This record gives sequence, C-alpha cells and structure tokens, in this order.
Amino acid sequence: MSDMQWQPSTKIAALKKRALVIQRIRQFFIDRQVLEVDTPALSHHASTDEHLHSFQCAFQSPYANDLVPLYLQTSPEFAMKRLLCAGSGSIFQICKAFRNEEAGRYHNPEFTILEWYQVGYDHFQLMAEVDELVQQVLGSQPAEQVSYQEVFLRVLQIDPLESCLEQIKQVASEHGFADIARLETDKDILLMLLFSQVIEPVIGIQAPCLVYHFPASQASLARISPQDNRVAERFELYYQGVELANGFHELQDANEQRQRFEADNSKRQAKGLPIMPLDTNLIQALQQGLPECAGVALGIDRLLMLAFEQDRIDHVMAFPQSRA
Amino acid sequence: MANFSTNEFKSGLKIMLDGEPCNILENEFVKPGKGQAFSRVKIRKLISGKVLEKTFKSGDSVEGADVMDTDLAYLYTDGEFWHFMNNDTFEQIAADEKAVGENVKWLVENDLCTITLWNGAPIAVQPANFVELEVTETDPGLKGDTAGTGGKPATLSTGAVVRVPLFIQTGEIVRVDTRKAEYVGRAQK
Repeated sequence: MSDMQWQPSTKIAALKKRALVIQRIRQFFIDRQVLEVDTPALSHHASTDEHLHSFQCAFQSPYANDLVPLYLQTSPEFAMKRLLCAGSGSIFQICKAFRNEEAGRYHNPEFTILEWYQVGYDHFQLMAEVDELVQQVLGSQPAEQVSYQEVFLRVLQIDPLESCLEQIKQVASEHGFADIARLETDKDILLMLLFSQVIEPVIGIQAPCLVYHFPASQASLARISPQDNRVAERFELYYQGVELANGFHELQDANEQRQRFEADNSKRQAKGLPIMPLDTNLIQALQQGLPECAGVALGIDRLLMLAFEQDRIDHVMAFPQSRA
Repeated sequence: MANFSTNEFKSGLKIMLDGEPCNILENEFVKPGKGQAFSRVKIRKLISGKVLEKTFKSGDSVEGADVMDTDLAYLYTDGEFWHFMNNDTFEQIAADEKAVGENVKWLVENDLCTITLWNGAPIAVQPANFVELEVTETDPGLKGDTAGTGGKPATLSTGAVVRVPLFIQTGEIVRVDTRKAEYVGRAQK
C-alpha cells in the first residue's frame, strides 16, 4: 500500500466536507461585508523572522539575462497590509502559505491559511470574532481568554515578564529541559519551550483558549501595549493541543517596523542565517498610513483536523508534501 | 563516532544520552508559528531499557552511539556468562547476566538471538519471536477440553511460566511468543 503514492491521503468524502467548511468560512466574511482579496504568493521580499524559513526561487524574465530571486510567502500579511494602506477597508484571503524546514504531525511545508483584517478593531474585538468563527466551524464552547503572564503564573508559577534568564532556566531544568537550559542565553527561546511543551498541552482542552499580551520581545508585527510596554498586543488561539491562530493589533509605525525588520536581520546574521530582503513596499505603505486595525492568520488545515477529529494534518489535505 | 543533528533523527538511530547508548523510537517536530522549533524525541535507553521523552532544540546535535545488532546462535551458559556463536564465522561472544536480563528464560540452544553490541560488547539479548520449549510441570487438565477457558499455568524447561490450555500435558513441546510470553500452540512435529 505504501507505494500507492498517486492516491490522496484523505478520503474523497472528507475532501467534500473540507470544501463545505471553506465555503462556510467564506460566507462568514461575505456576511460581514469583508472583501475577499487575492495577493501574490511570490514576492521580491520575504519575512525577516529568524524562526521562519522562506522557500526561494528564481524568476527568469524573457527580457533579461539575470535571474531575479523571488520568495514564496510565509503568510499574505505584507501584501494585505499594502492593500489596507491603499484604502481597501476590511479584507480576507484564503490562500497557500509556504514555510521551509517545517514538517510533522501539525506541519506541512505548504498549507492553507485564512488571514483577515478588520479596520477599526483592536485585538480584543478581533479575538471575539475569531472565537465566533471557531464556534461556528467546530461547534465549540466560547473560548477562554487569559493573558500570557497569567497562564505562566497558573501553570508554572513563574512570571514570564519579570523573571530573569536564570529563573527561567531553573524552571526549564525542573521540567526536564536541563540540557537546553544550560546552554541557552535567549530568554524568549526558553519561554517558547516552556509554552509549547508544558503550557500548550494543558490549555484549551474543554473550550478553545485565547492567550493575549505576549512579551514585547515576541511582538512580531503587533504594536506594543500603550498601557504596559512589557507586552505586545498579540494573541494566539489554542484548542486541544493545536495552535490555531495568531493575531495582532497591527503596528502602524513605519520606522518601528523597519527597525524590527533590521533587528531580525541582525539576529539572523549572528546565527549565520541568510539575511532576507525586507519588504520596502510595506514600509512605504506604512509611511502612507495603515488604518487602525487588527489582523489574524488561522491555519485552515489544523482547524479541519479538529473539525474532523483527525490527529495528523496529512489526513485533511489531498496530497501532503510526501505525495505532492 | 559521528554527531547527528536533529534533522537526521529518525526511528532506529542510535545516539548517546547521559553516557548511555539509546535508540530513537519517535521524533516529533514541534514549532510555534512564531518561534523556535524543537524535536520531541521518544528514546529507549539500551542498557536500562527505560523509555523516556527528551526535547532538543532544532539544529542541535548529539553524539552517535556505536551500536549494532547481530544475529547469533545461543550455545550454552557456564552460570556466569551466556555464550553465543556467529554461524558463519564461528566467532563466539559471551554476554553477562545484565545483558541477558529477563530474556534468559527464552534462550533455546541453537536458536538465533539478536545480540546488541555497544563498542563491540553485548548489552542486550533479544530472543527469537517464537521459541519451542518442553512443558516440565503443569496440572493434569480435564479430558476433552479444547476451548480456552482461561487455561492453567505451565512451567517450561527454561523456568518460564506461561498459561496453556487445559489439554496440554507435562512433557509436551509448546510454541510460545516471547514478546508477550504467550502460548501459541503445540509445536509442529
């Protein structure tokens, strides 16, 4: 059976259910007058995030000899924000995103992402909308909401914002990660370890769990909270051990965005990772002005895994990477 | 021995951990959307037999373990060591009590066993999946009983005790699945 690689890894009946769910999601946004958009998967620019690895390819123009490097998007965020700056109003997109070096039970290097932006929303308003969508698709109970700080205090009895590196190392060692803790100098890596290995398995079991206000050092493209500069207005959704969505109250400041991209690239350089061409189009668009908005990306395949009670992402897509 | 990076981890790879050779059973990729990737690995320690979970940061590497499995025929025990022979080269290897462990009760003369060698020395002995052994002691069963009604205990020539159907008598040769310590049937003559 294992050499029947031409066959889909998912039954046709499940693929029919998949199509229906995606149709329902689309209707959810049409009902709310959110505009569907279609932005390019290939870009001259790429994410600078040190933990994201873009696929690179080369464009051969019929009018030039030199190959032009192009990158497959890791999410449609940059292009969608340019549309927002150009006055699109609230928008959504269901498309493919590509992340190299990611494969496993919950990861396929090519996956379907739902990303949307609501103009005039903050992260709390968007969290409520994410909850509503997930309840509709999964029939789940209303999501629990808890801050990143509270969830660390509750599960690990440690304050992730105030504790120093040594204290975090101590907790990591106590939870069986002594080998990683001994050598690690980046507090965020240890927080990510504790979050993914110790906290994620115990939250969002009965009802989905929205965790908000991640440390400012893990802000990504979220704005820093004006009330508490230790945290970013960023949230994530977890349900039954699966990370489903990541959202931001979006950073509007073009200079700060450029500085973050450059800081990312400095980190990349220090680690010997390739320097990525930062999206100057996005910076220019932000200079023009991003409306006050919140945006979120949700993994459709993972949502379908939960909807269909599957334990591997391969079981909700027609052809995972190994059969692609 | 070479070092192996987390992206070379797969089931069957032998690595060193806390000074003990280990076999990787499973490797799961774990990664937050915005954040560091990890490998959560299920490992069996080859000397203690303990199974444990261990998390590595993606890209980290560990030392490989010079571990190999070889199929050897069991010869005899002198009380201290259990002697095995390579049927092709006639080379002999002696395993101690620690390496043989509980599997001593499944060692049948001339049967091929899988011997795990670490740096050339035996650390584990895996018997054949099925062995045939004589019943040396069991209660007389009821005549005519052919269906399994829970059976009865039977002591085999190596000292192993398995449950057998009531019709099995002392002196009979039975076939046993060593992985589950379960009676399979009467030996085929």
